[in-house]
This record gives sequence, C-alpha cells and structure tokens, in this order.
Amino acid sequence: MTREIAVVAFAQTDHRRTSDELSEVEMLMPVLHEVLDATGLKTSDIGFTCSGSSDYLAGRAFSFTLALDGVGAWPPISESHVEMDGAWALYEAWTKLLTGDTDTALVYAYGKSSPGSVRDVLTRQLDPYYVAPLWPDSVALAALQAQALIDEGYTDEPALAAVAARSRADAQANSHAQLRGSVPHGEYVVHPLRTGDCPPIGDGAAAVILAAGDRARELCERPAWIRGIDHRIEAHSLGVRELTDSPSTRLAAEKAGAFERPVDTAELHAPFSSQEVVLRKALRLGDDVRVNPSGGALAANPIMAAGLVRIGEAAARIHRGESDRALAHATSGPCLQQNLVAVLEGEPRHAQ
Amino acid sequence: MTTEVLKAPLVVEFPFTRSLGPVQSAFLTGLREQVVLGVRTTDGRTLVPPVEYDPVTADEIRDLVQVAPTGTVTTWAWNHAPRRGQPLDTPFAWVLVRLDGADTALLHALDAPGPDAVHTGMRVRIRWAAERSGAITDIACFEPDDSAIGGETGDHDGQFESMVTGIVAQARLDYTYSPGRAQTAYINALAERRIVGERCPSCRKVYVPPRGACPTCGVATAEQVEVGPGGTVTTFCIVNIKARNLDIEVPYVYAHIALDGADLALHGRIGGIPYDQVRMGLRVEPVWTEGGRYPDHYRPTGEPDADYETFKESL
Repeated sequence: MTREIAVVAFAQTDHRRTSDELSEVEMLMPVLHEVLDATGLKTSDIGFTCSGSSDYLAGRAFSFTLALDGVGAWPPISESHVEMDGAWALYEAWTKLLTGDTDTALVYAYGKSSPGSVRDVLTRQLDPYYVAPLWPDSVALAALQAQALIDEGYTDEPALAAVAARSRADAQANSHAQLRGSVPHGEYVVHPLRTGDCPPIGDGAAAVILAAGDRARELCERPAWIRGIDHRIEAHSLGVRELTDSPSTRLAAEKAGAFERPVDTAELHAPFSSQEVVLRKALRLGDDVRVNPSGGALAANPIMAAGLVRIGEAAARIHRGESDRALAHATSGPCLQQNLVAVLEGEPRHAQ
Repeated sequence: MTTEVLKAPLVVEFPFTRSLGPVQSAFLTGLREQVVLGVRTTDGRTLVPPVEYDPVTADEIRDLVQVAPTGTVTTWAWNHAPRRGQPLDTPFAWVLVRLDGADTALLHALDAPGPDAVHTGMRVRIRWAAERSGAITDIACFEPDDSAIGGETGDHDGQFESMVTGIVAQARLDYTYSPGRAQTAYINALAERRIVGERCPSCRKVYVPPRGACPTCGVATAEQVEVGPGGTVTTFCIVNIKARNLDIEVPYVYAHIALDGADLALHGRIGGIPYDQVRMGLRVEPVWTEGGRYPDHYRPTGEPDADYETFKESL
C-alpha cells in the first residue's frame, strides 16, 4: 500500500550575506521552533529527523552533530543526515514515512557560506583526478554551460538578464530574500555570466515537517500532498554531458508524475539565470506556469538549504491556497549534475 | 548586551593521497610522456579523459585509444580574474576541448589574449608543462592552433616505463571562523579567569561550555551562570602517547571535570599530582598560566574527595 504524505509546515530564516554573530545551531533554532509551533508538535512528538548540511562549508568535520542540539537529541532520537541539500534529506524522510514506521518527520537544512569562499569550497565536490586540481570555481562551470546555451541559440545575454530581473522583482514579496528589487546586471564574473546572473552568497536555514495521512490533516488545514518525488544523477564528467539539456531532471520529473497533469507553479532551484533556461526546457514548462514566485535561488541561495526552500515555498503556496498543483526542483553539483523533482498537490477546494 | 563575536582565520589543508586504477594510471602516465589516451565505450565512443566504467552502461571498460594533442573548443568562459590554484595566473578562458579522435570533451584552460580571441569551434593544441609528473596539470593549458582536424591517433596498450599509480591532491581552503554568541561569551570569560555556562530555561540545567542551545530540550539558552572554579573529577584516562607539537610529559591524565554549579562535565588535563594518584571524586581547580586565555590544566585543591552521590549524574 502507499501512504499519503504531505508537507504540513515550512519555515526559513531571513537569508543574509553574513550571520557570524550566530553559530549554526543558533541560526537554525528559530526555524525549528517555527515549524513545531505551526503544528503544535513538540520535538519529542517527531518520529524521524533528517538534516542536510556540509562540512566543507563549515570547515569542520561532523559539523552537523552540533546542530543536533537544536532538536533536543536526548533522549536518543531517530535521526539521519545527508551531506547534501536538505531536499535530499526530505527524500529520505519521505521514504521513512512510506515504511509506516512513523507518522511525522522533521527535515531541516542550513548553510553558512560566509566563513569561507564558496566558489573555492565547491571545487572540492569535483572529480579529484582530472578536474579538482585545476580549481575551476562554481561560477566558471556555470559560465561554460551558459555559453553552450548561447551558442545553441537557446538564450542570449539580454534574456538571461530578464530572468534575473524577474526573479529579483518577484522577491520583493518575499521578506526572507537576500536580493530584492532592481539589481544591476553588473560586470562579468566569468564571461558570459555577470553578477546579476549569479546567486547571492549568504547564510540561511530552513525546516519542514512532513506527516502521513490523517495526521497531516490534523496538523494542517490544507496539507501539500507529495504526489511523487524522484531524483536522478548524470555522468560526473562535464565533457560527457549535454550541458544545454538536463535529462536527469526530465527523468526525475517523469518518475515523480510531473507530466501527468499540468502544474500551476514551479519552484526551480536554478542558482544561475542560465540554469532556469535549461530547467524550463527539461520540464516543458509553458509561459502559463508561475516560475519562482519566491524569487528563487537568484534572490537567496543558502547552500544546502536552497533546494529544501524550493519544496517549502511550493508547499506554502498550496497551504495558502495560491496553488493546487506545484512542482519543486532541487539541484546539487556543477551544471545541474543531480536533480530532484517533487510534485505537490492541495486537495480540491469547494467553490465559494 | 551586544558583544563583538570572536573571529579568527582558519586554514584547512589536506594532501589527499589517491590510488589510480588501470585506466587513470595509463592516462596520467601518458600525460607525463606527452601521449593522450582515451578509452573506448561499449558502443564504440572514445572518452577523453577516460574512465573505468561506461557512464551509460556501467560496463567495465579499459580498451585504450591514443588521441591527438589538438582539438576543438565545444564551449568556453572567459576568466578575467584567475583564482588561487587555477592553471594560469593571467586572464584565460576555461574551455571544454574535444580532442581529435575523442567523442567527449576535457576541461582545461586556454591561453588567449582576450575573450574576443575565443569562440566555440576554434582549434586548439595542448601546451605541455615543462616539468611533468603524471597529473592533469602536466597539461599546462591549451593554446590557439590552426591545424586541421586530424593528428596521430590509434590503439595504445597504455604501458609506459614506471607507471604512475597514485596522485597527491593538495587542497587548501581558507575560512574566517566564528564560534557564535554563546561560545564567544564563554571564551571571553575564560580570558578573565571566569568560567561561564548557560542555564536552560526549560530543564534548568547549566551547560558548560555553552553552545547556545539545550541539547535535551532543543531550546535556546541565554541566562549566563558562573560556575566553578572548583570541580570534581568524574572519570579520567591516562594518556601514554605523546601528541605531535604538544609539550607535555607522558603519561598524563585527561579527565572529565564537573565544575561546581554545572550540570555537564567538561574535560581538561590534570596536573600537580602523579598520574597514578588521580581518582574519581578528586577535587580540582583550574590553573591559568601567565597571560593564558584559558586554563592550562586543573590541579588538586586539597579538599577531601567528593562523595560519589554528588557527581554520579555528571558521569
């Protein structure tokens, strides 16, 4: 049998360039309390806890263990961690709920990019034999993908600027966003990408509560039911991949059921303007789909939390009745290497 | 109360020693000898750089092919501000290059005068590093080239004299570490020879060192409580191996110490008493050396030992 599982609460911090007055757990705790308060649950009521974060951002081994202080890990709790974006922690929690072991799960993710240089830090996830010794930074790799898109005629620099401008304009309505309103397209960081095409570097955290079946209906007026969720990966080597397309996103979307019926909203994890072009194509999103009403990762990109924020933002729109069927996407790795797609739905509303 | 949080540079450096499989070994040894090798996939494509498993079928592959040192740019990005560790320290283009005879592209740097001199489809050639050791950096970079597509290609057994079987991948990342509000307050108090914990508003336990959260209740802690200086050894171990860069005679004792007024034991070295006379219940106090920002070690106070009942909760 298949259980119905929903996102019943979502919270995020204000995303900021730096938060050095706060340790990770100090930054995280308010959002944990916010999702617990929203559902009336206590930490001791949560059946499973799963988190996403990165030691390389923190510059410390086993850094996630310190954040566990924020969830009251004594007496021992059922807990797990992924060294990835929290969207993948949510996938693990969803799998755990499917087993029927428990009815509720807490998923959280956080990242402080401010202590280090995120462009350098992210080089450590590359192939250590052929690529990492050259230290190609994250903007450079995204720029290679952007140039390939331009060469193929899928976009051009004005179109990329328009993606960035629309994202930051939409972020005006998002009080948590880091970059809002009119942001200059700026100088080239790595040609053809300008500052405006790149995400802000910042610190932030997010948390979500999942619940199964009737428990979800008790905890939330309009649960965001996860109708499908899937994640896929492509070859590690950039030169093997077709950079202008994202077959892994398309396959994940297909397996998640995204193409069965149209969605009205898509929250896409596209840290670079050029990646939105790739994702729209891979997901066959038409102009009638509201893409990144939150402003997306171009407005706030807390590494390791930005993907979970996409799922949370999509769910929150369903909670608020602004969406009936939404797609949420998360990515990890250079040039959209790994992709996760979730399809969320609210129950039909009666005509007023 | 607002205090400036502490900050300090933190450098993480690590030399990863990595073994190479048969295919990677042949490729990197080949670079040392100015020979570029690819590997043929099950469906007959040639991958450069080569891998040991077919990315489509996952079949093990090790059928090597020699490809040319010339190739075609498939995409590029102009890097006007090179960063530490990158192949060139003057502005350059990142390029994916499909070498003649290969079906996939290799990532590297292209030395060119400016972005106007670079375009997708341009012809380039490997510039070899003067000193080569069997690493991807044996390719210094690519440079523009006007040769036609072609060049010497063919099968290669991948065998060279003295094969490279491993690489050392150096990495360095620089951070500015900040311990956050709670730990800043703790460290600043230590410099004033005070030990400060934080009390949980829910369970009332006093944590030292404080980390800003009660790990039992999962709530923020803020109320500062001065604890110690006296404390009780709750448990200990005897260290017999000298740590590098640590000027302490072995054997010595490392102990858990429940400071008076704290609900969590912290740990520290015990001095001023022979190692084999340290015991559970021993009463100790911190010792700051001249100018020290934190206790160097703990020493016996001379008080009678604490009763087991008084510290069993801190074990």
